[in-house]
Order: sequence, then structure tokens, then C-alpha cells
Amino acid sequence: MRWRLVALALIVATPLLADSNLPPAYWANRQLPDSRQEAKAQALMAELRCLVCQGQSIADSDAELAGDMRDLVRRRIAAGEKPSAIRSWLVQRYGTWISYKPTAEPAAWPLWLAPIVLLLIGAWLIRRRIRLKTSS
Amino acid sequence: MNRALRFAPLAVLLLIIVALVWRLATPVDTTVHSKLEGKPVPVFALAAALPGKPTVSSADLATGHPRLVNVFASWCVPCISEVKVLQSLKESGVAIDGIDIRDRPVDLANFLGRNGDPYQRIGSDPQSGLQIALGSSGVPESFIVDGKGIIRYQHIGAITQSDVPMILSKLERAR
Amino acid sequence: MIAEAGLAALWLAAGLAAYQFLLMILALRSDLEVARPMRAIAVVQGLLTLISFAMLLLVFARTDMSVALVFENSHSAKPFIYKVAGAWGNHEGSMLMWVTILAVAGAFVALFSRRTSERTLVAGLGSQAVLALGFYAFLLIASNPFARLFPAPPDGQGLNPLLQDPGLAFHPPTLYLGYVGLSVAFSLAVGALLTGEVDSRLARAMRPWVLGAWVLLTLGITAGSYWAYYELGWGGYWFWDPVENASLMPWLAATALLHSINVLAARGALKAWTMMLAVIAFSMSMVGTFLVRSGILTSVHAFAIDPERGTFLLALLAIYVGAAFTLFALRGATLKEGAPFELVSRESGLVINNLILSVILGIVFLGTLYPLFVEAVSGEKLSVGAPYFNEVAGPLALVLAVLVGIGPLLSWRRQRRPVLKQLTVPALLGATALAITIILSPDIAILPRLGFTVAAFLAAAAILPLIGRNPLRTPLATWGMVVAHSGIAVALFGMGANAAFTSERLAVIKPGEQLTVGPWTVELNAVTPTAGKNYTAIEAELRATRGEGVVTLKPQTHYYSDPPTETNESAIQTFWNGQLYTVVGKSDPSGGWQVRLWWKPFVTLIFAGGALIAFGGALALLGRLWRLRRAREASAEWHRRGYA
Repeated sequence: MRWRLVALALIVATPLLADSNLPPAYWANRQLPDSRQEAKAQALMAELRCLVCQGQSIADSDAELAGDMRDLVRRRIAAGEKPSAIRSWLVQRYGTWISYKPTAEPAAWPLWLAPIVLLLIGAWLIRRRIRLKTSS
Repeated sequence: MNRALRFAPLAVLLLIIVALVWRLATPVDTTVHSKLEGKPVPVFALAAALPGKPTVSSADLATGHPRLVNVFASWCVPCISEVKVLQSLKESGVAIDGIDIRDRPVDLANFLGRNGDPYQRIGSDPQSGLQIALGSSGVPESFIVDGKGIIRYQHIGAITQSDVPMILSKLERAR
Repeated sequence: MIAEAGLAALWLAAGLAAYQFLLMILALRSDLEVARPMRAIAVVQGLLTLISFAMLLLVFARTDMSVALVFENSHSAKPFIYKVAGAWGNHEGSMLMWVTILAVAGAFVALFSRRTSERTLVAGLGSQAVLALGFYAFLLIASNPFARLFPAPPDGQGLNPLLQDPGLAFHPPTLYLGYVGLSVAFSLAVGALLTGEVDSRLARAMRPWVLGAWVLLTLGITAGSYWAYYELGWGGYWFWDPVENASLMPWLAATALLHSINVLAARGALKAWTMMLAVIAFSMSMVGTFLVRSGILTSVHAFAIDPERGTFLLALLAIYVGAAFTLFALRGATLKEGAPFELVSRESGLVINNLILSVILGIVFLGTLYPLFVEAVSGEKLSVGAPYFNEVAGPLALVLAVLVGIGPLLSWRRQRRPVLKQLTVPALLGATALAITIILSPDIAILPRLGFTVAAFLAAAAILPLIGRNPLRTPLATWGMVVAHSGIAVALFGMGANAAFTSERLAVIKPGEQLTVGPWTVELNAVTPTAGKNYTAIEAELRATRGEGVVTLKPQTHYYSDPPTETNESAIQTFWNGQLYTVVGKSDPSGGWQVRLWWKPFVTLIFAGGALIAFGGALALLGRLWRLRRAREASAEWHRRGYA
């Protein structure tokens, strides 16, 4: 019903009721001066899930908490911390849910193995369809 | 094509239907829980939220007695009714510390003046830094921290009157 | 009265669908003659459903508040065009549209399909009727669009201005025509499995339907992607959101089906795979409908309806797909495949194409549902998003794109002419592109770099089938193939450019200050308050220049009061080599304004490529239909002259 449209409208628009009175954090909407660091920060932000959104990364969310998380990521990258360390720190607090890139844990192995397994299954299925030895 | 192969799609479909039926029966829980239950409170020291009111630091949470840490804000609507419940908890002897998210002293002062002040200490968290460090994802939330500084329980959402017995019993068990 | 007429028409249509099903069973068991009225009944069923849908459009056009659906989704102050579009912008209305397309597609098959045997046609029409029956039941029992509201309220609730957008209004019909168009392939496949007539005739009968549905799906997805790009304010065009994936999966299956049908039509081979793909394609459409409406996936696109309706849809899904798969399992043994294909032949090329498309489909399916599986089994919550899909599907798509360049050059049965010689120029172009990217842009990621290489290769290779042929005598279907394959190269190039060369600038600046983004220098001139019919806004005036001439862009932020929301209206300027994308955000206590700027080189090629792919498909469809008509005219002429 209208729920879909309201939900869709919520990514296009930000509800004003849930906002604080403070402006966004300093580094929420500014880029780091070092472009390499900014690129690393951007790449990490695209992989982190927004806690209060309906399926968005913090990189393109207008929510306040997403802005605060962007600020956190940028400050830590500027301080020299590795993206993987920041990600683990967040995973320690929120669980693997917060990482859009499945981590290396056993629960995620099927995802990474899937392409190979699927290709092998497919190849096996078509093995009799293609004559590998050329006939004269 | 052999038998197993021809029935394979049906088998896969069955698995998928079972999974979908399970999902329909157990609705999605969209709340994000902190993974720090059972772990020590991260080291932190916040600035004071109000002049004259003591602030919160991680050292204050490991004093030997369990404490209730309430993550709140003046702009948070459900927090208004929660404050009354926190008052009654305070009267029952619960030590409550507040972490004020993204707030200004003047707004906080107004909020406490209008609704009451159940907090022994209030720390200011203007950029949600501590909130994120605790694994909290919104306001209001509360954490029960035991005497050794271990987080024992996370309560997501406002504490209502009906939650009080449960909170009190968890605080007892955290001694 | 109008609403009741619509409801009555729907009941009648449901009755006819049930009758069609009965006729099919009787005809297949005993005498085909029993099903003589089948075609006519299918046409009437289609007409009745069309009338029902027209009645819904009418009550929305007249803003009849005594109809509950109109009350919930419309308002007297809504512009007319959005009042009408509101008819399908909700669960019940869009389900009625779904079933209308289903019934009308059946009617068209009844009217125009002459290639299959009468037996298979009867079985196919019967299957289509069964599909419709389940959805009629769903509508009539659990989602009545014509429910009344007494007393009729003075005005409606549906005036959310955010939803009055041409993209949002017209994106669903295009997509639905595509999704539900695939039902014809499903029904014909089921019909052929029932009668045992899975052959090249069937493939040629199915082909125009699959092509038509596929063209519309391609257009719908491309249009949706472009809408998200300009509306969401961050310049992204694909997010691997579960509902986006739900629209991609039928498309992947339909693309594989399209190519598999060609093998079945030309060589009478790949029977099992083609039938399975035909079933899977529409199954994916149904899975998509279920996912979006059941509330089980977290997505901004999802309808949230009560679990009861979700269960009904799941039951329909289980019955239809389960029945089709069971039929396949039971009849699969009768699908005799011929001799294996030569390794270097067009058939093999298409088999490998199918394989890769199916693997990509499998990955998207798995990635979308994996969090659900894991949570069901272990309670753990994990997320699968863009990083996974890009890293896994991306390389596979690139391999596929290379094969797309080679495949059309291969001959049926066995490659005689050396094909590698023909590919020298494309291969050199690809290598040159790779070298250029290495020299000029050593820092870009590997995937965009390979994207450029493959795009260059494919752009040249796609045209090769036309070389050495008389353009006027080349079949339209071949032109269609060339255009569609070239469209892939164009889209790939756009995606690579967007991924590798987008310049982004996020800053907080005061009026009078400047920023650089890419080759552009952008100055914030002023930020002025403004207002619209139902919103207040602030408008930033930006002046941009990259040498000669100044371009003015005016992004806005709108503030609505009912409900209180704010939106960013981006200002985009298109140039021959890219787009300047600007957004203005909040003000800063220091007096500055948040500004987001992007220079996106060649980003329009992504969407132009998608449109080209659809256009190529349309050309191919036209070509096949034209050829069919000419063949029928020639055959009629022969009959007339007495040659039987």
C-alpha cells in the first residue's frame, strides 16, 4: 500500500522529527585534504551499513548517525589507522551485520566459494553438450 | 538427463520455500543490538554536559556497584516519558548516569528542568562517538554495567513502567 | 457503480480462467475439439480484465472517495496525471495491473500465435489461465481494489508530494509489462512439456514474446536506474538493493532464455535448458513480487503488507513453480538432445553464454537471500551488499562481454572460417585501450581498467557481423543484435568512466567562495529562500566554468510539512563528455553551506547503453515479426495460386 511509497520516500527525503539541534559533525560532509586517504575512507564508507536506514551504506545516507560515522571513519583514517582495523572495531560493536562486504568468517565462505562452485556445476552439466575433440 | 538432475531444481525450490516460510513466521527484527554484552565498557572520558554536573568516564563505571547508563537526548521524544520512569528507579536506589547525544547545554538544561533530573552524572557526546563505541544505534537506550565495568545488558528503546521489575532484577544479578 | 462494474468484470474473468483450465484438462485427456472455444475465451478474459483495470483508472481519474483505495492513495488537489498513476502506485492497484497484463498477454497469444500446434497452444493458454486464476483469487479474496468506504470522506490521504514524480509514476508499468510478459514463455513451456512438443517450432513461437518482455524489462530497469541517479542526490545508479536485484534476476534469466531460444530454434537443441530457463524467468518475476510485498527484506523499495498476504503469495509461488518444476522432472526424460556441439561453433558459444549468465543469476540470487538463510540456520545477522556483488559479478560480466564479441562471428554447426583473424582489429583496439589507461591513469582500479579494455574490444567486435554484407539485405534481426551488443560496450565504457574518473568535492563554503571539481571551477553565488506549491526551499546558485563559458546550476533543498521531510533536488548539467552534478545541503553555523559536487565523465553512456540494448532488442523483434508476416503472406499467396 502506501507503506512502500512512504518507505521509498524516506530515502529520498530525511524525516526532520528525529534530528538533533546540532549541525553535522565536521568531517561528515567534508573530504580529507589528502586524496589517497579520502579514497581509502570513501571505499570503507561504501562498505559500512547505515544503522538507522533501510539498507544503505553510510557513504550516501543523509541520516545524522551516518554522518557521525563518516566523521569517525575520516578522523581515524587521517590519524593513520587502517580501514580493516576500523571495520573490525565496528564489527566488534555491531556484529558482521554492519559490513556490507561479507567478512572472512566461516559463515561467509559459501558466498565466496559460490561462483567457483556454480561454474563447476555448470561446466559439469554441459560436459556432454560440447564435443571437445574436433571431429575430422 | 538422469533422475537426480531432473529433480534437483525441485529440491532447491523446497529449500527456498522453507526458508521463506520461516522468514514469514519470524518477522525481521530490525533493531541492531550491541555486541558488547559481556564485555568491558570501552575506555572513555566525556566532557561535562552541564556546568556544575559531574561528567561520566569509564573509571566511574567500575566502582564495585552496578550502574544504569542511559543514552538519551533532549530532542528525543520517547526520552521525555522515560525520565519519569528513571526517576522512580532512582528513588529505588538505582545509580543512573546519562550520556547526552548531540545536545547543547541550554537544551539539556531545559529538558531536565521540564522533566526532572534522575542522573548522578551526565556526559556530553556531541558526535555520537561514545554511542558508536558502545554499539548503540539510537536513543533512548540503556546499559546495565556491573561493578567491574562489564556491560551486562542492553535495553533498546525507552524503559517503561512495565520494564522496571526486569531492570531491577538484572541490576540485582549484576552485583 | 463503476467500482462494482470493475469488480464484476474481475469475477467474470476469474470464472472464464477457471473454465479455460477445465477445457485444457478435458482437451488434453480426450478430444482436442473440446477446446475449440479456447482462443475466444482467452480473448474475452483479457477484455474483461482490461475493463476491470479501466474501471479502476476511472475511479482514480474521478477521485471517487467512496472507493477505499482512492481515499488512501489520492487527493483532489493532485495533478490529473498523478491521480491516474496513483491507481497502480499501491499494492492492490498494481496487483490488478499485474493480472490485467497476464490476461491480456494470454489474449494476444490466443489471437496471434500460429506457430505451435493447436494442442500445445491449448495447453499454453490453459497454463496462462491457471496463472491468472491464482492472482484473481488473491485479488478477490485478499486484496480487493474496489472495496468501498462508507461514508465517503471529503478528501483523500494521498498527497505526498514526494511521490508526484514522473519516474516514480511510470516506472512500474514498464517493469510490469516486462515481468508479466515473461509469463507467456512460462505458459508455452509448461504447455509444451505437457504435450511433449518441445522443438524448434515452439522456440520460434516463444521468441517474439520473450524479446518483447525483455525489451520492456531492459527499459524499465534502465529508467529506474536513471531515476535513482538523479533523485537520490549522491550520484549512484545501482545499489544492489534486494528489490533492485529482484528486478535484475528475471532480466538475467530472460537474457539467457533469449539466446537459448535461438539455439532451440536453429538446431532443435538445448531443449531442457530452454524449458528450464523459461520457467525460471517468470518464477523470478513472481519471487520478486513476493519479496517486495511480503516485508521480509529490508529495502527502501519494499511494500510492507501484512504477513497474511505474503503467505498467500508464497503459496501461489510454491504451487506454480513447484508444479512447473515437477512437470519438468517428470517429462524431462522425454527431452531427447541431439549430437554434441562442436567446440568452436555458435551453439557452443551460446551454451557458454548461458552458463555465465546462469552463474551470475545464481550469485545475485544467493547474495540476496543469503542473510536470510544464515539467520534461519544460526541466528547470526550478516549483510551482503555492493562490495560483494561488484567483486564477484563484475569479472564474470566482463568475461561474458568478451564472449559477446566473439560469439556472433561463429558459424552454426562448425566454424569454418578462421575467426581469430577477424578479431585482430578488436583485440588490438582492446590492447590499445588497456595501454592508454595504464599510461594515462596508472592509479585506477583493475575492474574499471578491464572495463575499458573490454568495451573497446566489444565496440569493434560487435560491428563485425555487418562487415562485408549489404546493409539493406542484412536482416533486421542481425542489426538488432549488433545494436544491442554495441549497447553493452557503450554501457561498459560509461560504467568504467564513472568508477575510475568521477571527481567528487564535498565541502562547506560561503557565498563568494570557489571549489574545484575535475576541470571545473565552481563558485557559490548566493543561497536564496524560495517556495513551491507545497514546500519551502533554499536554492543555491552555482556558477561553473572550465575555460570558456559559464554554466549556472541551481540545486535546491525542499522542506515539506506534511509529513515533515526534506529532499535534495540535484541540479545536473549534461555536456558531451560528462555531467556536472550538484547538490546543496544544510547550512553550517559558521555561515557556510554544505555543497556536494561531482564531475562524472561519460556517465550518460551508462543509461544510453541501456537504451541502446533495448533498442537493439526492439529492432530484432520488429525484424522477426516482419519476416513472419512476409512468410505468411507468401504462404497465403502460394495457397491462393493452388500450390499446397
